[in-house]
Amino acid sequence: MLELFSFGEAGWGDQLLQGLLVTIQLALTALPVGLLLGFAAAGASLSPYRWLRAIGTGYTTIMRGLPELLTLFVVYNGLGLLLNSIVSSWNPDARVELSSFVAGVIALGLVFGAFAGEVLRGAFQSLNKGQMEAGKAVGMRPTQVFFRIMLPQVWRFALPGLGNLWINLLKDTALVSVIALDDLMRMTQVAVRSTKQPFTFFLAACLIYWALCVISEIVLARLEKRANRGVRRA
Amino acid sequence: MDVFGVFAQFWPELLSGVGITIKLAGLGAIIAGFLAPLLALVRVNGGPAAQVPLRFYISFMRGTPLLAQMFLIYYGSGQFRPFLQDIGLWNFFREPFNCALLAFVMNSTAYQTEILRGGIMGVPHGEIEAGKAVGMSYVMSLRRVVYPHAYRIAWPALGNEIILLIKASALASVVTVFDLMGQTRAIFQKTFDFSVYIWAAVLYLCLTAAFVWIWRRFEHRLSPHIHGKRPSLLGAMTKRETA
Repeated sequence: MLELFSFGEAGWGDQLLQGLLVTIQLALTALPVGLLLGFAAAGASLSPYRWLRAIGTGYTTIMRGLPELLTLFVVYNGLGLLLNSIVSSWNPDARVELSSFVAGVIALGLVFGAFAGEVLRGAFQSLNKGQMEAGKAVGMRPTQVFFRIMLPQVWRFALPGLGNLWINLLKDTALVSVIALDDLMRMTQVAVRSTKQPFTFFLAACLIYWALCVISEIVLARLEKRANRGVRRA
Repeated sequence: MDVFGVFAQFWPELLSGVGITIKLAGLGAIIAGFLAPLLALVRVNGGPAAQVPLRFYISFMRGTPLLAQMFLIYYGSGQFRPFLQDIGLWNFFREPFNCALLAFVMNSTAYQTEILRGGIMGVPHGEIEAGKAVGMSYVMSLRRVVYPHAYRIAWPALGNEIILLIKASALASVVTVFDLMGQTRAIFQKTFDFSVYIWAAVLYLCLTAAFVWIWRRFEHRLSPHIHGKRPSLLGAMTKRETA
């Protein structure tokens, strides 16, 4: 049994490891994209302009209501078609292929951003207004107020929610195997096809994802502890 | 792109997909809904021999991708085919619909159990003591005191979980179930018309919006003392003012 997972010619250990690296790369690339979109969405839905608020709430509401798999196909097929029509209007013979990694990053980032937008909006709304006024009163510039007073507390309020989203993101990366990115899930399927041991290998893949999630939870608990240092507990 | 032409041509397929999606998510939520309250009770009151395996189960279900769980059941069962044929279960595992449903039930049971555990723990202890004081047996105080209040607390979170399940049911298309997502992918592969995805998005949004509306209605029924007026599911047939 164990030689199936050994490294080198005989086993599938190195292929699974390669897949795992792609999975981690994908999640770590989609995270900043999603966070940026999340901040933009939170800013938009808290803005004084009505049209901006409409865009912000429209994005978070619609994106949160769609299946992640549908979003992935919309990005992968839709963006591919769009890119091709743009390119062929310049040069009728040229064709571009949207890589499944890029499509995965965009789709997962869009989904993460929609949920993060709501988490961050809640965090911004639970800031104490008096503190911002106090910052202004002692002569801080708006950027100083943002980075010294608002952001550290938004981080503290939003961290539990963002942590959950990170774990969802990790698990959602498995979807990208459907559009043929060689992540952990797909490398497992490749191994299954040649060894005819589906249960063994899918169980192994599950255990690897599980380990990733448990490690994430430990790190997140530490981050939360650090973010809450100096805060009196109720 | 021919947005309305696609719908005019393929609406029967899309609607049958919606039917399968409702069946898959609905059955999954209901079966899990029968298992979760019992397991939640074990999570609250059970001894360590019951707690430890249950916690492992819940952690595994919440820490692994649903897609991987589905593959584990659908493809993984093939590894035990002779055994499953012997005990007469192979016909069940051969159907992709059944495997997807089993995966959704197992996954949603884990989430619903944790949500209901929170609900049960949120019931004030004084209420349970009051039940005891008026002579309720354990089972009766569960039925009359603990569960009604626990469901009131857990209701919105349970709704969120079922919305996640509706969205997750799209994964069944990967193991060749022709739910809404499966039909959409098949139509796109035939026509290469992007607008079919727009229709799928609209239909999924309608499904979740309809569900949210129904769920809110039930929430008002469950806790009329909080929400004031009591809206009836069949419209405002009775007009009753609350004092």
